[in-house]
Amino acid sequence: MQEFNTSFAIAADLIFSAKPELLEIVMLSLRVTLSAVAIACAIGFPLGGMLAVARFPGRGALILLFNTLMGLPPVVVGLLVYMMLSNAGPLGFLQLLYTPAAMIIAQAVLITPLIIALTCQVIGSLFLEYEEQFKALVVPPKTAAAALLWDARYGLMTTALAGFGRAVAEVGAVIIVGGNIAHVTRVMTTAIALETSKGELALALALGFVLLCLAMGVNACVLAVRAIGEKRAYV
Amino acid sequence: MSEGLLPLKTRGLCFAVREKQIIDQIDLTISGNDITVILGPNGAGKSVLLRLLHGFLEPSAGQVKWGGRDIDEDLRKRQVLVFQRPVMMRRSVADNIRFVLSLRRFSDRQERLEKALDLAGLKAQANQPAPRLSGGEQQRLAIAQAMVLDPEVVILDEPSSNLDPGATMAIERLIEVAQNEGKKIILVTHDLGQAKRVGNEIIFMHRGRIVEQGSCDNFFTDPKTPEAGAYLDGALLV
Ligand SMILES: Nc1ncnc2c1ncn2[C@@H]1O[C@H](COP(=O)(O)OP(=O)(O)O)[C@@H](O)[C@H]1O
Ligand SMILES: [Mg+2]
Repeated sequence: MQEFNTSFAIAADLIFSAKPELLEIVMLSLRVTLSAVAIACAIGFPLGGMLAVARFPGRGALILLFNTLMGLPPVVVGLLVYMMLSNAGPLGFLQLLYTPAAMIIAQAVLITPLIIALTCQVIGSLFLEYEEQFKALVVPPKTAAAALLWDARYGLMTTALAGFGRAVAEVGAVIIVGGNIAHVTRVMTTAIALETSKGELALALALGFVLLCLAMGVNACVLAVRAIGEKRAYV
Repeated sequence: MSEGLLPLKTRGLCFAVREKQIIDQIDLTISGNDITVILGPNGAGKSVLLRLLHGFLEPSAGQVKWGGRDIDEDLRKRQVLVFQRPVMMRRSVADNIRFVLSLRRFSDRQERLEKALDLAGLKAQANQPAPRLSGGEQQRLAIAQAMVLDPEVVILDEPSSNLDPGATMAIERLIEVAQNEGKKIILVTHDLGQAKRVGNEIIFMHRGRIVEQGSCDNFFTDPKTPEAGAYLDGALLV
């Protein structure tokens, strides 16, 4: 338990002294994960919305697929993206391996199914509420999906947050496609893995605390916005 | 505008779920520019009939014709159905109306919005969240929203079934405004007082069938069937 006390002290010191190395790692973590979340939402919100509203053969199978992919192990995603981006792979010419861009792609691939599946649930339950009205007014599916996405915006924030949580915490995908290169592709989770393997447990744990604080900050922002929606009965 | 929607006719209209015949062989003609009231006890099949008339539900047998034509999308856009429990989108009152307006090609959206708010008596609440409105206000919004689309026929399903007398009066005034604008009103209710106050023609339903159809005066003073007589006496069992 000695380790806990020491690591608290180190964590506090790390945070308050705002060491440039730490700041760099934190900023890269945020940049990579927020970009991945943005991409996953740009794809997942409309797809999940259409999946909730449209009726076509194979819809149930697609929903099952995305729900299953929610639990995809990050290392598997890392491996797949690695194979796509490596020199021998179809996207090798882009020369993205071991860059932050590769990490963004890997995390986006990791969480897009989750965003699609959760969006489909959120939009699906709101659609049940609206369906009669839409049907009576002969609202075209695209208009319906857009209106639902807008009216479910507070619920979708929680969806985005779930994606953020999964992406910011994973290490398996970013370490494979990023390589944990100091000053280039080192993020919070890969740094923690490295310090642990070096036996610097206190420092690793301290980085863990910082990661936790980061996630808490993002969660607090989203919950604050949601509270506004709740007040207006829009959630 | 093409030919009128009326007369509305059904022939052998049926709606069954599994074994149960919810609408049973209805032959019906509705015409005229006045208010037709469909009256009947709870569970008689009034809501299901309205949905069949609007084209919201597919009949299991028989047909519905508006002005001699089968129901299609174009026809459905010329008549609106207001539900017993209106859907309030999770937006402001004004944005609820704006959404409905965005579904048609109107060049005067702002004027229509203001007219609808005025009609619903919700000018002061324009920017309030619609789900927070009271039951009466929600119903007024739903009717005003329907009217703003300039339908030829307005179909209302028990618009005041959960409202107090004051709110009910407000709804009935709205219905009168709609009628004065030349719209055909088909109103469902189980409320005898309301049927008497607003109705010109009464269609009496019981157990999925039409038992009696006639002018309002005749129906209340001289019901032709024992079921209608019992309903007027408050003695009809479902
Ligand atoms: N989609 C449906 N599936 C099965 N039963 C239904 C359905 N819709 C209505 N019913 C049944 O049909 C009967 C008539 O319902 P309804 O038209 O809502 O009556 P009301 O005259 O009170 O409006 C009720 O017994 C109801 O339970
Ligand atoms: Mg009903």
